Amino acid sequence: MAEEKKDNLITVNIDGQDLQVPPGTNMVEAVKMLGKEVPHYCYHPKLSIAGNCRMCLVEMGMPGKDRATGEPMLNEDGTPKIMWMPGPAIACGTNAAPGMHIKTNSQKAIESRESVTEFLLINHPLDCPICDQAGECKLQEFSASHGRGYSRFVEEKNVKPKRTRLGPRVTLDDERCILCSRCIRFSQEVAKDDVLGFTDRGSYSTLTCFPGKELANNYSLNTVDICPVGALTSTDFRFKMRVWFLKETKSIDFESSVGCNTVVSSREGKVYRVTPRRNDEVNDTWMPDSGRELYKQIEAEDRLSYSTVNGVGTSAVEALKAAAELLKGEGVAIVASGRNTVEEQFVLKQIADQVNAKGVYLVARYGEDDGILISKDRNPNVRGALATGLISDLPAEQLSVLGSQIDSGEVKTVLAAKEDLVAAGLSEEQLKKLKLVAIDTHATATTRNADVAIAGLTQFEKSGTLINQQFRIQKFHKAIPGPVGSIDDLAALSAIQASLSGETYPSVVGTVWEKIAAEGSIFEGLSFKGIADTGVLLDGSAFSGLAFVEGKSLHFEPQVVEVAKG
Amino acid sequence: MAIVVKRKPLTFLEKLYIPEIVRGLTVTFRRMFFGETVTLEYPEQRPPIPAGYRGVPTLVRDPEGREKCVSCQLCEFVCPPKAIRITPGEIPEDSDYAHVEKAPKEFDIDMLRCIYCGMCQEVCPEEAIWLQNQYSMSGYTRAEMVNNKAKLYELGGTLPDDHFKWNKKKEAAKNGGGHGHAMPPADMPRSENPEVPPVFPK
Repeated sequence: MAEEKKDNLITVNIDGQDLQVPPGTNMVEAVKMLGKEVPHYCYHPKLSIAGNCRMCLVEMGMPGKDRATGEPMLNEDGTPKIMWMPGPAIACGTNAAPGMHIKTNSQKAIESRESVTEFLLINHPLDCPICDQAGECKLQEFSASHGRGYSRFVEEKNVKPKRTRLGPRVTLDDERCILCSRCIRFSQEVAKDDVLGFTDRGSYSTLTCFPGKELANNYSLNTVDICPVGALTSTDFRFKMRVWFLKETKSIDFESSVGCNTVVSSREGKVYRVTPRRNDEVNDTWMPDSGRELYKQIEAEDRLSYSTVNGVGTSAVEALKAAAELLKGEGVAIVASGRNTVEEQFVLKQIADQVNAKGVYLVARYGEDDGILISKDRNPNVRGALATGLISDLPAEQLSVLGSQIDSGEVKTVLAAKEDLVAAGLSEEQLKKLKLVAIDTHATATTRNADVAIAGLTQFEKSGTLINQQFRIQKFHKAIPGPVGSIDDLAALSAIQASLSGETYPSVVGTVWEKIAAEGSIFEGLSFKGIADTGVLLDGSAFSGLAFVEGKSLHFEPQVVEVAKG
Repeated sequence: MAIVVKRKPLTFLEKLYIPEIVRGLTVTFRRMFFGETVTLEYPEQRPPIPAGYRGVPTLVRDPEGREKCVSCQLCEFVCPPKAIRITPGEIPEDSDYAHVEKAPKEFDIDMLRCIYCGMCQEVCPEEAIWLQNQYSMSGYTRAEMVNNKAKLYELGGTLPDDHFKWNKKKEAAKNGGGHGHAMPPADMPRSENPEVPPVFPK
């Protein structure tokens, strides 16, 4: 197969260097393969080609053929004679063709770029000090690297509306817009919500919503991400922090089983925004708006900042000791969560085996498929619970089985990890009958009724792995430290397991993975370090008999996966 | 091998010391009664500050009273001892300076950290932060040594502004910018009048 592919490759010549590329590769991507860059604004690898910014102009030529005979024209030394086009061509709109030659750094190409930059800057306001894009602005970068460095424009700059509200989450500054139309194409092609367009002509051209519509779909903030300048800004992030202060941490969207790859931007222990990270197998370069607001739970008012035993605040060490004592009792059941990481689920499984659990439950969360990047299963890691052997069947939305076990007196103690039992269908009366150990991040009916409540961490404050709907295991990293008084969920569970078993137990992700991978399960050969940033596809064939609920989404076809498994 | 320095034995007069004491006191008395005073009775008297002196960093207003800082946070970024801490904020839309859009909500300079290097002044794109003549800072607590926004403006006062670049911008918007004519009337439909924000049905 590799052989076949190789035959299909075509050879192009970039700046005198031969390069083999697959057919259909455009020249921006081809140049990128060489480690060089053709500057561009309107071109985006995941959108259609518009070719309207003209920034990627390069010089292009094809091997000449004699018109009379059709014979290739040769130079004196026998090499093919290149017929250079008189004008420059746009690299993004030029697909590789056999023998094609391009020059990205010839005098003509450089002059073209300088001229385009000059035209773009004519009406661009000198807003950089108050512009949120400064620091990650393509126009700023390319003006420095491909501009003339001085202005010849003495006339008055164009004035356009600022602070225009395009939708609930997006604010538009029309003056900064360079009319690249990326946002328009995104709305049409990816979000399938055609609301944006240009009105008027020439220097009056303005990006606007169609009458009576607004940019309100759940993918609207992706237009802010792809805007090469500061025209589209996030209303939430607007004027909050300059981007050069932000520390970027690779993370995963916890919203649903799609597992969008994200980047969490934080400064000094405070998260400022969440943006998508490119993963061509999962989310391309997009993510839903709803996932970007999850960081607000970190500083929510009802956040637990200390552990309690019988309602009295105490240190995490004391709380863990008390929890282990309770779990040594009779009739223990475990309620785990699809929001636990694979590592936590693995340790929970060890605890379940250790205490001979009367039952291990997960709480299912089902919503609506949006067909793009939010799946029906709103738990990010149900497959992790299956893969670690914590559960053997898909979870139910209500804990009615556990409820009847409590009523019959079979279950006397419950360990709830990151789940609110009341929200999952148990009554407070049932909780009062129990010895209850709860680990959670926020105050819930369960933590209020718990004998031991342990303050845990949100996904932004810990590291771990999740298994998404494709059975792709993906890792996320700690962006900020947790509040004082909280304890890492994995460390808490490990400590409980250690006191239950009387043996030491690893408490950090890397060392827990040595145990997980040694099991001979589908994780064999993996380590936390060894999981690529874009994830590793696991063999989920053992679970092909289960009726997973997810429908089709961006890079997920449920039927196809089913067939492949079978 | 040690070197032995031969010293001349002292003469009688030299042994007396008195002529030398008199000679020294002559200089002292000449300075005392006829010389120029070089010391100052600090803090009642203050030395003249030379031009270009780098004193305590301050924030300044323009002659109209507008705070010049737009909280771009470049000074915070460039500050070597990380003495500057800014919380950016938005200028409300009903303000006269709404077109400037951004101003600091909080602006703290920790004078226990500041090394008076002047890089904040150098980097400021709005000419809003200046190291001025004030050189003496003291306080009883660490908190007192942090200059907040109000203190910084009190220290800074008003500095002449030759540019008024934001006023020019507002003026340009009134005159239709590069199109050389005023904006169309407000009751024109949205597509031809970009100044009227679109009204969306709730």
